[in-house]
Amino acid sequence: MSDIVIIDYGHGNLKSIQRGFKEIGKKTILSSNPSVISKANRLVLPGVGSFGSGMRHLEELGLVDAVNGFVEKGNPLLGICLGMQILFNSGTEHGMHKGLGLIPGDVIKIIEKSENGNIRKIPHIGWSALTTLGCQSGWEDSCLNGISDGDYVYFVHSYMAMLEDNKYLLSQCNDEGLLIPAAVKKDNITGLQFHPEKSGRIGLQILSDFSNL
Amino acid sequence: MRNIRIIARLDIKAPNLVKGIQFEGLRKIGNPSDFALKYYLQGADEIFCDDIVASLYERNSLLDIINSTTNNVFIPITVGGGIRSIEDVTSALNSGADKVSINTAAIKNPSLITEISEKFGSQCMVLSIQAKAKSGNWEAYYDNGRESSGLDVIEWAKKAQDLGVGEIFLTSVDREGTAKGMDIELIKAVTSVVSVPVVASGGVGSLKDVELAVKDGGADAISIAHVLHYEELTINKIRQYCIEKNIPVRKLSEYRA
Repeated sequence: MSDIVIIDYGHGNLKSIQRGFKEIGKKTILSSNPSVISKANRLVLPGVGSFGSGMRHLEELGLVDAVNGFVEKGNPLLGICLGMQILFNSGTEHGMHKGLGLIPGDVIKIIEKSENGNIRKIPHIGWSALTTLGCQSGWEDSCLNGISDGDYVYFVHSYMAMLEDNKYLLSQCNDEGLLIPAAVKKDNITGLQFHPEKSGRIGLQILSDFSNL
Repeated sequence: MRNIRIIARLDIKAPNLVKGIQFEGLRKIGNPSDFALKYYLQGADEIFCDDIVASLYERNSLLDIINSTTNNVFIPITVGGGIRSIEDVTSALNSGADKVSINTAAIKNPSLITEISEKFGSQCMVLSIQAKAKSGNWEAYYDNGRESSGLDVIEWAKKAQDLGVGEIFLTSVDREGTAKGMDIELIKAVTSVVSVPVVASGGVGSLKDVELAVKDGGADAISIAHVLHYEELTINKIRQYCIEKNIPVRKLSEYRA
């Protein structure tokens, strides 16, 4: 079996993620085949688009059980952007949708009012620094192991995760006073709200450390 | 205030990177992929590629350029010029683009904005506005500033936001390629009526222009072409200047990967 499998479910910049891994010398395969996915050594769940349609496509392709089966084996799973969001119990984008429920919490719209009463622009687009503020989990043994607190990564999203338990929080970013979960980890499951494949050298470092987990 | 993005703009007339003044008198600059890589390595926050002739006949060659550009550039890339349908968006994204920028097709068929935004997410749908000053207001143009739409820029920006654009790429046609300063009033007029991010484009000739666009204009990102192509400024110089002027920007660090 190929080392890293990227789930192809019609959501996301698969090519960019594939190129990111290629740049660090890792071969990946794209697949929507449940048996390939459940047998992968490492799995990447990418995602661009809305929560409901993401889940619907996973279900239609019969991939929910495959992802769950993969996770039970204990191998590393990486969810990126929408792929991180659907790891949670539910999402409220265009109606209420059930998620994979692998990490306890829900996904809600980013709050529009900022601390000082100004309107926070949505989507949150751009480079924000990662912080360990409010996080209980260290970065050792995670894909953030090779980078530093304060490093900048690229975000583009309108919804954010609300964790039930902060012990799964690896990192947040401070968006004009609002702390947004940027990286989460529960056992072998990691989720990144930002795009490592679009975050320059730092993002490539994260992909590299994920492939060595 | 969020970190201001410094965006390198590449106008492409396949197979070349070109630059004109007010979109006219295009001069060949070089190979677009080489320049994209150069600006990525200099620390650009994003790359904006505009197919300046919206070459319907040469669509594949543009996509080939995007394809080779995205091979070794690991920052977001927006592609614009001649995108008219969901199929066009799909092929741009499949070639490695992260977002698409649309002007003409959005003016002629505003519901396309909603369709794209629903299918790919609003973050993918960038509205390109080419603004020309006209008796105290600005009018939206298309076809590289040649055709007037009759739409008022401010009204159009507001309407497009309601239709679902995730970002507005605002070019002053009057200033484009002149390096004589940005139209700060235009930038301000748009940023004050919309709540989506606005990329200011057209006219950057000096570091001071960047500061004015952010501090007075309220721009969320600055698109720069002329002064980069002609090596009058570098991305890094602009970034350092922003830091000196207390404009928040991404700070760079290096890694082994």
